[in-house]
Amino acid sequence: MRTVADLGIGEHGFISGFTDEKLSLKLLEMGCLPGTEVILTHHAPFGDPIAIKVSGYTLSMRREEAATILINQK
Amino acid sequence: MAKIPKIALIGNPNAGKSSLFNTLTGLRQKTGNFPGVTMDKLTGMWELGPKNQIEILDLPGIYSIYPKSIDEELVINILGNPAHPDYPDMVIVVADASNLKRNLLLFSQVRDLGIPTVLALNMIDVAENEGYVINSIKLARELSVEVAEVNAKKGIGVNGLKLSVQKTLENRFASNDGLPLPVSDELIDEIQAAFGEVDPYRCLLWLMEHDRMKMFTKAQCDVLDQITVKHDFEPKKYKSAETVKRYEFLTEVVDRCVINLNRQWDAPPVKTWTDRLDKLFLHPVGGYLFFLAILFVMFQAVFTWATYPMDAIDAGVAFLNDWLKGILPESTFRGLLTDGLIAGIGGVLIFIPQIAFLFFFISMLEETGYMSRVMFIMDKLMRRFGLNGKSVVPLLSSVACAVPAIMSTRSIGSRKDRLITILVTPLMSCSARLPIYTVLIALVVPEKNTLFGLFNLQGLVLFILYLLGFFMALFSAYIMKLILKAKEKSYFIMELPTYKAPRFKHVSYTILNNVKAFVFEAGKVIVAISIILWVLASYGPGNSMEDASNRIKIQNPNLSGVELSNKIAGEKLENSYAGHFGKFIEPAIRPLGYDWKIGIALITSFAAREVFVGTMSTIYSLGGEIDNENATIKNRMRAEINPQTGKPMYDLALGFSLLIFYAFAMQCMSTLATTYRETKSWRYPLIQFGYMTALAYLSAFLVYQTLS
Repeated sequence: MRTVADLGIGEHGFISGFTDEKLSLKLLEMGCLPGTEVILTHHAPFGDPIAIKVSGYTLSMRREEAATILINQK
Repeated sequence: MAKIPKIALIGNPNAGKSSLFNTLTGLRQKTGNFPGVTMDKLTGMWELGPKNQIEILDLPGIYSIYPKSIDEELVINILGNPAHPDYPDMVIVVADASNLKRNLLLFSQVRDLGIPTVLALNMIDVAENEGYVINSIKLARELSVEVAEVNAKKGIGVNGLKLSVQKTLENRFASNDGLPLPVSDELIDEIQAAFGEVDPYRCLLWLMEHDRMKMFTKAQCDVLDQITVKHDFEPKKYKSAETVKRYEFLTEVVDRCVINLNRQWDAPPVKTWTDRLDKLFLHPVGGYLFFLAILFVMFQAVFTWATYPMDAIDAGVAFLNDWLKGILPESTFRGLLTDGLIAGIGGVLIFIPQIAFLFFFISMLEETGYMSRVMFIMDKLMRRFGLNGKSVVPLLSSVACAVPAIMSTRSIGSRKDRLITILVTPLMSCSARLPIYTVLIALVVPEKNTLFGLFNLQGLVLFILYLLGFFMALFSAYIMKLILKAKEKSYFIMELPTYKAPRFKHVSYTILNNVKAFVFEAGKVIVAISIILWVLASYGPGNSMEDASNRIKIQNPNLSGVELSNKIAGEKLENSYAGHFGKFIEPAIRPLGYDWKIGIALITSFAAREVFVGTMSTIYSLGGEIDNENATIKNRMRAEINPQTGKPMYDLALGFSLLIFYAFAMQCMSTLATTYRETKSWRYPLIQFGYMTALAYLSAFLVYQTLS
């Protein structure tokens, strides 16, 4: 399963689900809804955390948290 | 008199809530504690019309009513509890129009709690620049609330907001869609039977968040837990499903009320300033360099620019003291007033320029949105040491003062990260240490330029002391990371807001509020200590003070005037209570190179380290003024001879031993009290005090023994 953590800079995907129930509420509230497009825009130095564009704004999270967001490429 | 209505401002972080608050209330603000970088509520008065005052309550920014950190808890503790003294008559939800959907999520939750709500649409200009046109009349109809378009920064739209507020207050109309997702009627009935008739959504809030709400007793929490179990209710599932459901509804609303010009014209996405700036600020190398450059300017400001107003304050206090000494007859009262009270107040006032400069920079960094980039690039580094990207703000603020810094840790979601940050924050060199550093460095480090004349050697040593504090904080955090156990995993899901031009009004309020809080909160402690110190240094057991004075007069028959009174003062001090205390602890501090005089300074500065310089000037018979030529205190201390070696007392070894001691020691009652309040346990202030004192003692011991 591909996750947001697998994206390279400039790549995008569509959220299909979450693997961590506790984090998922926070992510949902922040606008990471199933079906929404995410684009990876920045890596912090050393590749972690990352920043994504989602629902019209920029959201940062750690790589391990990004790995809980499942995506598909369509 | 009619009760003054209360309005709470609620909104996402960065939605412009605080701008609106400042626009509405101006200077009519009452500060709770240290606001600004901190997370407390603020109140102020808003004049709706002549004789029509409204109390406005500014609450921490939140994304949803389900809190994830301590600062967010405050909001549901107020909105969820009608008996709370701050429970508002209505709420203004401030929404960032350029990110409407996410902002409306919070709005829809607050409205469903059954509190009359007005929606204030802010940053419409930003939305329009990005190609979104919002039909706010339609939006008001769809959401069945009053909607007011405002520009909080420029203060436009306030009259429209007044109208909406007045209408909503008169009608007391709380629109309510009922529950976002149905639950069984019995579940709601049972909660209402136990806790009274309220809106069903509020019932669910109680059911799901009672652990975080202070209004419930242990027994009541048990009742709510039983209801949860009985009905197989799963709070996490419900919250997630509710959020998805609300977004579904809001997507439709936004689609109907917002026209996306980009889509119509098929225009390529606009390259915004934020994107361009992030290329630089988040760059793997450039990002760090830029951050370092900002730190450099910040320190430059605090160490050099601030000295001018500080000297002015110093001279002013000295002038006042001399003037009072001139016009008042010599008495105990005069001594207490001038050397005790005014010297003490002067010791507080002198920090104002530095605190003002630091809060200027910190609030500028937060205002512009740059601070969250700092958290972003620092998270990975900080995580290695058991901290969090968000720990950067407290660590940076504590260069000004650890008290607001510790309070600003409330935004750190993970308990372990927050605790470690609180414990190590006082190791950062706060502004109270600066005068101590300045005096001691001037004493033992020669004034000369190094590195091609670019840097001043004294300045370099000062900078190294600050770095030392920072690295010791990291090191201690790392040790604590290994010892403390985490209950939950730490996370770092955070918005990177768009860059904004700083609102200078807001910056100046932040500075003003923090300076005010420092003067009144910390000031109380410092003044109290100064008075106690004065008493202890002016009185001694039995007739010892009289004897001391006579002894000097007999020993030095040729002296008169200032020189004589200085000698007498010195002898008196040695025989005072303070002198006895100093001598009592002398054996313990001998290995660090300190004598009883420094002992007195150590004792007095255990409650507040800023007392050190004042104590030193009292001890070295300077009558409480550092002011009459800073050179005087330096020269006096420089002239002090070590009776054992016959060489100057303040040599390199003693100077650095003292510097290190003050860099690491926990000498601040206010900080300990804040740690107690923030952790709700005596354990952590005690740990903090213990480990920092041990650290200070051992390091000073090592430094002294190595250098001497």
